[in-house]
Amino acid sequence: MTEATMTNEVVEKTGVDRKVPDQTVGNVYVDEPRMTSRAVDVYYGDKQAIDGVTLDIGAQEVISFIGPSGCGKSTFLRCLNRMNDTIDICRVTGEIALDGQNIYDPSIDVVPLRARVGMVFQKPNPFPKSIYDNIAYGPRIHGLATDKVDLDNIVEESLTKAGLWEEVKDRLEQPGTGLSGGQQQRLCIARAMAVSPEVILMDEPCSALDPIATAKVEELIHELREQYTIVIVTHSMQQAARVSNRTAYFHLGKLVEVGETKQIFTNPTHELTQDYITGRFG
Amino acid sequence: MNTHASAASATEVVQQGLDKRYSAESRFKIYGILGISIAMVFLFILMFSILSTGIPAFSKSKILLPFYMDPEVINVEDLADPAAARKINLRKIVNDSKAAFFGATERADKRQLEEVVSTLAQLEVLEHIRANPEDVGQTVELWVTADDEAGRWYKGEVDETLPENRRPLNDQQIEWLKRLTAEERVKTTFNDTFFQGGDSRNPEQAGILAALKGSFLTLIVTLGLSFPVGVAAAVYLEEFAPKNRFTDLVEVNINNLAAVPSIIFGLLGLAVFLNIFGMPRSAPVVGGLVLTLMTLPTIIISSRAALRAVPPSIKDAALGLGASPMQTVFHHVVPLALPGMLTGTIIGLAQALGETAPLLMIGMVAFIVDVPQGFTDASSVLPVQIYLWSDSAERAFVEKTSGGIIVLLMFLIAMNAMAVLLRKKFERRW
Ligand SMILES: Nc1ncnc2c1ncn2[C@@H]1O[C@H](COP(=O)(O)OP(=O)(O)O)[C@@H](O)[C@H]1O
Ligand SMILES: [Mg+2]
Repeated sequence: MTEATMTNEVVEKTGVDRKVPDQTVGNVYVDEPRMTSRAVDVYYGDKQAIDGVTLDIGAQEVISFIGPSGCGKSTFLRCLNRMNDTIDICRVTGEIALDGQNIYDPSIDVVPLRARVGMVFQKPNPFPKSIYDNIAYGPRIHGLATDKVDLDNIVEESLTKAGLWEEVKDRLEQPGTGLSGGQQQRLCIARAMAVSPEVILMDEPCSALDPIATAKVEELIHELREQYTIVIVTHSMQQAARVSNRTAYFHLGKLVEVGETKQIFTNPTHELTQDYITGRFG
Repeated sequence: MNTHASAASATEVVQQGLDKRYSAESRFKIYGILGISIAMVFLFILMFSILSTGIPAFSKSKILLPFYMDPEVINVEDLADPAAARKINLRKIVNDSKAAFFGATERADKRQLEEVVSTLAQLEVLEHIRANPEDVGQTVELWVTADDEAGRWYKGEVDETLPENRRPLNDQQIEWLKRLTAEERVKTTFNDTFFQGGDSRNPEQAGILAALKGSFLTLIVTLGLSFPVGVAAAVYLEEFAPKNRFTDLVEVNINNLAAVPSIIFGLLGLAVFLNIFGMPRSAPVVGGLVLTLMTLPTIIISSRAALRAVPPSIKDAALGLGASPMQTVFHHVVPLALPGMLTGTIIGLAQALGETAPLLMIGMVAFIVDVPQGFTDASSVLPVQIYLWSDSAERAFVEKTSGGIIVLLMFLIAMNAMAVLLRKKFERRW
């Protein structure tokens, strides 16, 4: 959908011309930020996909990104662990810092960065290897386990945290791709956790799952908030309401509004947020 | 109501169109079956003609003759030493013995006997007498190889209704051959000489082993060079190389190289490997180098296609965990692409196996009698050997030609079977 039709649609459905604000509504700052983003712009070639996003992500919080599709949620999420580096035409400006350190600084190595900021993708993507090897891969390449026993412990611990241990403990040697979709996604979450990241990014982790599997993953996110900072992109407002404590609403590449999840869903300030929440477009 | 009526008519319309759709489908199926049948018929004709002419190449006729081991000709002391043994006048032993057996006294008759007993008999007699020196001075009955024309007569391939001057065997010779049959002095055995030696002017002595080994050595060189180089080039171009004008140019050139006629690579090999680097002529190592140049584009193109077919989500997963680009490629992408790469390699090697033209340029068309022992020995390859035999005058080389083709096909089948096995091993269906 192009920018023009998108704006037209807004006008049509609401009858009022609502401009995307230049200034984000709500408090983008937090007291103890784990990650900070300042005036981040992202371009795909000549096309700007993210426009001046400033946002803090607090330690031990679950923040959800919502917004109509194509508004740049995934793009912004992928900036947080520099996964956008893999796209040749993608260019990021502005500053994103993890624990006060600019991750786009030339001296920063993306390999350790991605170990600290893990990622779970929209479609479950286990390696075509055994369940055990799926989990053990990260610790192996980063040299996190001293010996086999240590590695076994990491695998068990990660699978337990992901609530998958009881289901797979007798078939660790079987292929990870043989699991059901929901199990595969939890396997991917366990895989991300096995390298002990500080932040876990999730890009619509439940969009390919059935409601029961979705409930399990949400439950898991709920438990993980104690130990990790979680950023979750979702197209389901119910999900955002259930799992996150802060919510950021994106529209056409801009961060329109951010606030406590409860406030965003019960009392949004900006009209665009209101329209989206009330389902007038999306 | 309205919607109901239109729904009913829609069903009718669908029904009417259905017959047409089904008949189109069955027509298409018939075309397909027809196409496959035609292909199968031609394949069958090909296989039948090759097998029916080639199978006799795998058997040979042997005849039982008494040989007088003349002590005046054979010196017992000479037998222990191979060099001295080779100097023994075995021709006289064989000629005298067979003349005596058939009662040939005239010079002309004796010459006619050459189409009955092969010159291989001399070697067979030598082998026997060296193993049993106590037989010197005795007359021993020995099974010796029949001449190629006699062999063809025993296999029923000589047309006796032709006038005498137009057939390879005259009445006298056929008389002798019939006498041998009547006395049960003829048997058909497996033709081990075909698998033991190199080329020869005598059809019954010509073997495929030299060419087979030449092909094998050449392909080893080709595989050993083209697989690692091709895969490395493909991985670099697909996963690491920046996308710019230069890499585009490289890509276009690789695609063009795949279409270059193979004889050009032969000329290149002649100019570069032989004339500039002074490598040996007719050697498998040079043949392998030339065929490597020829197969590289095929391997690179198919390997790149295999790499491109690996789902990007797997790459994302590895990169997202903090694997370096190198680790991502070698831990995940290459293993998944390996079956496809192997398929491309085998296709390239199969092409290389059947290639003649570029090898002619570097002298692999020579008359090779000895089985090559290493990569630098002069040798021939299967297709060149087949070509040489097909060009020979003697009738018996016709069956050698087909026999050679059968061996070539077997080689090909063995190679493909190996590829299938390897692919099975590396393929991950999950
Ligand atoms: N790899 C890419 N190349 C070019 N444009 C892209 C790429 N990925 C996303 N975009 C564009 O960037 C914008 C934001 O996309 P995305 O971040 O995927 O949106 P969301 O996740 O919110 O649906 C879209 O207009 C999309 O077309
Ligand atoms: Mg998205």
